[in-house]
Formats: sequence, C-alpha cells, structure tokens
Amino acid sequence: MAGVWVIAEQRDGALRKISFEAASAAKKVADAMGTDVTAVVLGSGMEAACKDLGKYGAKKVLYADDAAYATYTTDAYSQALAELIKGGSPDVVLLGASMQGKDLAGRLAAKLDTSAAVDCTALKVEDGKLVATRPIYAGKVYADVLVTGSPQIATLRPNVFDMVESGGEAAVEKVSPALGALKTKVVEVQQLAGGKVDLTEATIIVSGGRGMKEAANFSILEELADKLGGTVGASRSAVDAGWRHHTDQVGQTGKVVTPNLYIACGISGAIQHLAGMGSSKVIVAINKDPDAPIHQKADFCVVGDLFEVVPALSEEVTKLG
Amino acid sequence: MNIVVCIKQVPDTETQIKIAGDGKSIATDDIKWVMNPYDEFGVEEALRIQKDKGGEVTVVGVGPKRVTESLRTALAMGADKAVLVEDDGIYGADPMAIAKILAAVVKPINPDLVFLGQRAVDDDAGLVGSALAEFLDMPNLSVVTKVELGEGTVKVLRPVEGQTLVIESSLPAIVTAQKGLNEPRYASLPGIMKAKKKPLETKTLADLGLTAAGKAEIKALTPPPSRAAGKTISGETPQELAANLARCLRDEAKVI
Repeated sequence: MAGVWVIAEQRDGALRKISFEAASAAKKVADAMGTDVTAVVLGSGMEAACKDLGKYGAKKVLYADDAAYATYTTDAYSQALAELIKGGSPDVVLLGASMQGKDLAGRLAAKLDTSAAVDCTALKVEDGKLVATRPIYAGKVYADVLVTGSPQIATLRPNVFDMVESGGEAAVEKVSPALGALKTKVVEVQQLAGGKVDLTEATIIVSGGRGMKEAANFSILEELADKLGGTVGASRSAVDAGWRHHTDQVGQTGKVVTPNLYIACGISGAIQHLAGMGSSKVIVAINKDPDAPIHQKADFCVVGDLFEVVPALSEEVTKLG
Repeated sequence: MNIVVCIKQVPDTETQIKIAGDGKSIATDDIKWVMNPYDEFGVEEALRIQKDKGGEVTVVGVGPKRVTESLRTALAMGADKAVLVEDDGIYGADPMAIAKILAAVVKPINPDLVFLGQRAVDDDAGLVGSALAEFLDMPNLSVVTKVELGEGTVKVLRPVEGQTLVIESSLPAIVTAQKGLNEPRYASLPGIMKAKKKPLETKTLADLGLTAAGKAEIKALTPPPSRAAGKTISGETPQELAANLARCLRDEAKVI
C-alpha cells in the first residue's frame, strides 16, 4: 500500500485541530513523493466525522471502532496502530506532537523497529525520503533528522503547519485490528477549570514573569488573555515563586510554545525562557527595563510599566472589537 | 520494591549551545554537565517510595565517563547503587539505541518500577521512556505528576491538553516524571560522603553485545531562524503605548 499515513487524534468523538494540520502536512509530503495520504482514526461511534479528513488531503481513512479506543491509552493505540502499519507498510507515518502523539511515537517506533523525529516544525522530501526539522535544546539549535528505519515516523508541533483544504470527502474503510490484553486503564478524566486552550496549542499567549510581583496581579493578564482569546503562561521565576501552576511554565524546563502572538509581561528573558518561546510568530515585550534581554527577541517592544500598559491594552482590544 | 531510575546527563540549561565543526553535533567544550532536571523528579520519587515500601534503588546512565558525576549525585541523594554504560561517542545517538541499551541493563534487575524524566532537555525527544517500556514489555505511564501505589498496581495522574487523566496500571511499569511530581531534595554533605563508597558498576556496549547504531541520524544542525530587529512602540502615556501597540498588532502583524 505504501504512501503517507497520518494518525488522526480525537477527543470525545471529535477530531482535534492537530489532525487536520497533520493531514495537510502529509498531503504536501505525499505530493512530493508521488503518493497518497491515508488517515487512521481510532475511536468509538465516530465514523461520520472521519470523512472530514478528506478535505485536508486524505484520500482514504482507515477507521477502527472499539470502546477501548474512546479514550487514548498507549496500550490499546500502539497495539492497534502497529498492526495496521505492519499490514499497510506506509513509507511515512505522521502524528501530532500532542501529549498523545509524543507518547505514541516512541512506543510505535520500538514496536516497528524504526525511530521517530519528534516535535517537528518543518518537513521536506530529499531523494524520496522525509527529512524533518526539529528544534532541540528547546530551540537553541535546529536539527535536520533523517529516520533511516521504516516507516519514517514524525510528530508535528501544533500550530506550526497550516490547515490547507485540498480535497473532498475521503472514502472510509472500517478496519478491526486485533487487541491483546490491556495493562492500563483510564479510570477518570478530570476536566481542568475554565476549559482554556493548552499553552502548546494556544494561538495567543499572555505570559508573566517576576515583574508581576505577586500571584493576584496575574488577573490583569487573565483579563487581556480573555479579550484576545488567549491562554496565560508564566516564566520559571513566577512558577517557582508559587504564583502560577507548573503547567503554565514556558521555557526549557516547561512548555515549548509556538503561538501566533506571545506577549511577555514583566519577563526579563532568561536564556531558558527565550528558548521556549523564541519560535512564536510575533513576540511582544512589555518591560520597563529597556535593557531586558526579552526586548532583543521581541518584534514589538514596549518600554513601560506593565501594570499601566496591560490594562490599557485590554481596553484597546475591547475598542477594536 | 525494586526500583530503577534511568538518568541522562545534559548541558546545564544556562548553556549557550554552539554547533561543532562537523555541522552535525554540538561543541562540548565549556559545557557544565548536570543531571537532566526531569530525572531529578524520578530519583526523588523512587527514594520516597523506597522509604515507604523498602527495597532498593538503582540508577542507570549511558554516556562517557563524565556521566559518573550525575550518577554520584543520585547516590548522594540516597540511591543505593549505580550502573554506567560507558561509551565516549554515544552522546547524541538515536534515542531508540539508548532505549535498547537501557533495556539490556534494566531487565536483569527485574524492577517493579522504572522512572525516567519525561524528556531530556537537550534533544527534547521524550522517546526513551516509551521505547524502553516496549523493549521490556511493560506498560508506560508518561508525563506523570502523581504516583500512588496499590497492591501490584499503580495509579498516576497525567496532565494532557485541558484535562488530567487518572490512569491505573499493573506493575511492573515505566513512569516518566513531569515537573510537579515532587520537590527533589538536595544531596546532603553526609550523603555526598556516603555516595563515594556506594557501588558504581561500569559496563561497555561490548559487554551488552550492543552498539550505538540507531534508526535515525542528524543530517545537519543549524542556528534558529534569525528574527528581524524589533520595533520600539512609541507613546508618552500608557494609553498611547497601548493604542499604538494594538494598532501594530492588528494592521502590521495581523495577529489580533
């Protein structure tokens, strides 16, 4: 069968945005290789939703329906996918570099005796092989990686690859890979308060550092983030001070992010932080110290008091509607 | 409870990374090497479980001789013994090769639990934990912030996008540690003294019948894409600054 496969990702029966980003990227790779895209969906009661992958380049969708696939487990997913991949022998397998995709990549690569390029930000085809570019050292260096095993597995960083509509409906073929004994079980899913978009998938991030002075002051960042439809992040100093939860930390020992807009408020710009947010498309620094390193990295520098500028910016955003 | 912690030695996160002359690796002079920060959470969790349940904590590392220092740090924190698979050229090898080497060392130890950091802050791959689990035929519980042991089972919290999953698994199992799991202890002076006498066994790849060859190679390293110089927003008052910034973001950058 060969070709380029994309492992789509669903939550509660709905395909996640990263699946369409990955399918669109897969289409470009497949075109360069002169082959087609097959998407794989594991889920429960969601056959109709699979067709949407056709719009973003999948010619065919392999859909496996089982209650065991409703919520992701490494166990069930890696078993099923390894069997499907062995049967279909794709040249390339792409996944999202989401929590799910990152977890799956290593296990799948080990099962298939290959390797994976993780959290890639660019893909190209050279001599018929996929060469993937990925930031390492949290973005201090970029590596071009060639997976020499087969299939070539790569996970794609969310919010980097554009969703491109290229086709119509995909033909959905039902498959039922065999499942062995499962050793793990998701016993509870706790929803995080607010239902905010995760930093790794956010298109706008408003982030605060030591200059925020105390936990309560983050409310002005929350307000701006709300108005912009963004998510609040934090520097390591703010997290270590106990002002924000560790899941909010951006940087080399936190999350590496690629939003369209990153607004750094009261963040001086330690090397670890700059690495974690340096590939954001547009960076704004709001810091009263004109010599703060963050200004070197920013597209737009505001030298001013964040406690005055941030609320004023919230008002301006409201005015713009 | 027999526990293994796999640790990697990485450049301190303060390090300015420079590309070496070969264009495929980093220049390793002037680097301060430290234990991968996420691995510290693994060591700490292993020691806490050992305090509660008894047993032995073994730390395992792969790399050149310098990795001994990070293993000694783990011993000084309280681990019982260490194994180093010593190889001078292995830094930067495919994580799948590393996972195979770790599997060969860990298997005979017959652990109930294996901890690793959720990723190493150098190659940022996060592949070794789940690959090791596959090679050892164990379940993997990745990026975990809480570990609770039952009778032959383990329950963990795994934060994912917008949710926290509560996952139950049989033992033995592989757990990769995320920030938030615990607050790693510092090695005490008596701990450091004691660590010097704790067993540290050195093996070679030849002993294990393995090589550093993997299934992926780095073709080239490049500096990050350079950014154009920034624009300083003008304005006399916070209101003017905010208004001018909002205009730039909407009309120039088109991001709001």
